[in-house]
Amino acid sequence: MSQFFDEMTNGAAEPRALYRRIAEWLRSAPPELLDARREQAEILFRKIGITFAVYGDKEAAERLIPFDIIPRLLGRDEWTRLEAGLVQRVKALNMFLTDIYGRQEIIKAGLIPQDLIFRNECYRPEMQGRRAPHDIWTHIAGIDIVRIDDEDFYVLEDNCRTPSGVSYMLEDREMMMRLLPGLFAQHAVLPVDNYPDNLLASLRSAAPPHCPGDPCIVILTPGQFNSAYYEHSFLADKLGVELVEGRDLTVRDDIVYMRTTEGEKRVDVIYRRVDDDFLDPLVFRPDSVLGAAGLMGAYLAGNVTLANAPGAGLADDKAVYTYMPEIIRFYLGEDAKLKNVRTWRCREPDALKYVLEHLSELVVKEVNGSGGYGMLVGPHASKEQIETFRQKLLRDPDGFIAQPTLSLSTCPTSLPGGVAPRHVDLRPFVLCGADGVRIVPGGLTRVALKEGSLVVNSSQGGGTKDTWVLADNAK
Amino acid sequence: MLARTADNIYWVSRYLERADFLARLIEASSRISALPTAYAAKQDEWTSVLIASGADETFPDHFEVANEANVTAYLAFDARNPSSIRNCIQFARTNARAVRTAVTVEMWEHINSAWLKLKNFESQHPEPTAIDREALNGFLDFVKETSSLYDGHGYRTMLRNDVYFFARLGVSLERADNTARVLDVKYQLLLPENETVGGSVDYFQWSTILRSVSALTAYHWVYRESIKPWNVADLLILRPEMPRSLLSCYGEVVRWLDAIGNQYGRHGAAQRQARAIKRKLEGASIKEIFQSGLHEFVDGFITETNGLASAIAEQYLLG
Repeated sequence: MSQFFDEMTNGAAEPRALYRRIAEWLRSAPPELLDARREQAEILFRKIGITFAVYGDKEAAERLIPFDIIPRLLGRDEWTRLEAGLVQRVKALNMFLTDIYGRQEIIKAGLIPQDLIFRNECYRPEMQGRRAPHDIWTHIAGIDIVRIDDEDFYVLEDNCRTPSGVSYMLEDREMMMRLLPGLFAQHAVLPVDNYPDNLLASLRSAAPPHCPGDPCIVILTPGQFNSAYYEHSFLADKLGVELVEGRDLTVRDDIVYMRTTEGEKRVDVIYRRVDDDFLDPLVFRPDSVLGAAGLMGAYLAGNVTLANAPGAGLADDKAVYTYMPEIIRFYLGEDAKLKNVRTWRCREPDALKYVLEHLSELVVKEVNGSGGYGMLVGPHASKEQIETFRQKLLRDPDGFIAQPTLSLSTCPTSLPGGVAPRHVDLRPFVLCGADGVRIVPGGLTRVALKEGSLVVNSSQGGGTKDTWVLADNAK
Repeated sequence: MLARTADNIYWVSRYLERADFLARLIEASSRISALPTAYAAKQDEWTSVLIASGADETFPDHFEVANEANVTAYLAFDARNPSSIRNCIQFARTNARAVRTAVTVEMWEHINSAWLKLKNFESQHPEPTAIDREALNGFLDFVKETSSLYDGHGYRTMLRNDVYFFARLGVSLERADNTARVLDVKYQLLLPENETVGGSVDYFQWSTILRSVSALTAYHWVYRESIKPWNVADLLILRPEMPRSLLSCYGEVVRWLDAIGNQYGRHGAAQRQARAIKRKLEGASIKEIFQSGLHEFVDGFITETNGLASAIAEQYLLG
């Protein structure tokens, strides 16, 4: 175990001060209690209907994401450092997008190769020369963070399109307060329940500048068969806004309306959980029924805000990711506060050569992949899998990046066989409004439940934990 | 409110009300078919159950004999029957899930739990025609409880706005339709001449009709005499205090449609049609209804109710 940073013990006999009470509780709590609480949590999640769909899995159309009842802790000072890094990063991401779709200074300065942008699948030529309302492109960002020691935070990837998981952050907290109120009360946990209020305020501030009166905000969902449908309905409920599908919308004279029982009602802000490709059949995929015809026209006319903006996906591209330290320095004149994981860009011949020689040690990711689909974890892959990836890489080197197999930190996790350390990451949610950046202290901790596994994605057998940021480091 | 949301919420109510009705119909019919043959119906009980539930056209595609085991299996558990109880619960849950934001947490968790229990029941009883009476009774109680609790949660937790009005409208309209269907199938039993013909044998038929709309006890409180067929018809059609009578249901239909119209500041064809049907019921007497033909009356009522449902969809639900 010693090669990994364990967030509770850090390899020592005594727990870190932050985890003292958790360690005591784990020592004294009978194993039956943990088992009972774990089962209770599952029953509650099922009853509430917090489920997600796994694509390509007919057997389990609605599955639960396993919930681990042992919380993951962060100290106040750790959080303060992380928060500052997140604010910096998201500012830079928005400035980068404004620049790319505008004057393209960063390309002119020779810092980013031109073809990386213009040949990128996430680049939207329709947005070239356009400005997003208030220059905000990514209103809701999920930045995936990992730790390998008790010092630094590393960004594993940026999610600037439609990051999901925030409902789990909120529901996990509810679950902990319900299942382990005593343990919760022993810790001064900073609250996260104001996230929906923050989101609403951010969306409201992002309304088109000439929007008359109180903006009408809606959430656009692909519908109840989408894997994140629970979250869409959860957020609509917490925000008190309509949850619309494409078929509820109609566009006339570049103005978006929703069909209501009282006729049509004008819509000003759309928090869309539908990918760019499906937003508007007139502009993007013509076969899409998930968006609304004319939506892009309304957006470009400045009559509706789309959050996140079309084209924002460019910034979370895994190839662009590798340039983030340069991007931050270019726009903000600062060093990046959050580190990037060392990355080989397979588009560069030297890097490709290295990657091909070290496939069994590296993690290889598709530049445009997400959700843990289409990636190779070298140390856990079979010879055939490695050969398949070698061929993929040779065919399309531009489509891949590679990273070292990270020694992700571990946290104590309650499993049917007892408590054991498992690898975790953290996705804090960063909100950008016209009036500033908002982050609630915490985020979604994802945990790889399989022993030794480094893949935390829910579609690949990952679970979640509540994340406690403590008001003081050792109460 | 989104037109689609109104549509979903209205149908959740209709499906759950229908599930409740089917459960009561099956219960009442099992009672009568458990009687010795001397008391048995002139009309085949289980065929009439199929007609009353609207499943008589598709049933022969799947079964040869309309006996208790087959009809019960088809009405309660068959996924191939679009109006089976299990499908009503499943559709209600699908509709509720599509508008999770419109129902309260209590309502959603209740309907979701009911759906989970249904799936559990089905995995324990993979062969619907082999389900014994005890298990069936347990299931029917569960269904009635599901509908009642959904209603109750709504009554206790919902905001009194258009969402609530559409939910109530769905219940009232479905209930009116169900009562009318029972009357439509059993009308010949209620004709006055049956009194001399039937005697004690028909007593069980009449009480079955009352049971299927849970009105047996109510009958005694209202009339304080033994069961007379014209009283049964009077109770189910014209009595305003009987919650499943056609008049009472239309009192509700008009009430909720008016509430919707008032909130939106605009009344339309749906409100006008509903009020016209209610006025007709208010002006009717049971004597006149029998004179002009009970069957014709009920038939006309069902047609008008279908017309009203279309007007509601046109005015509010299709968007």
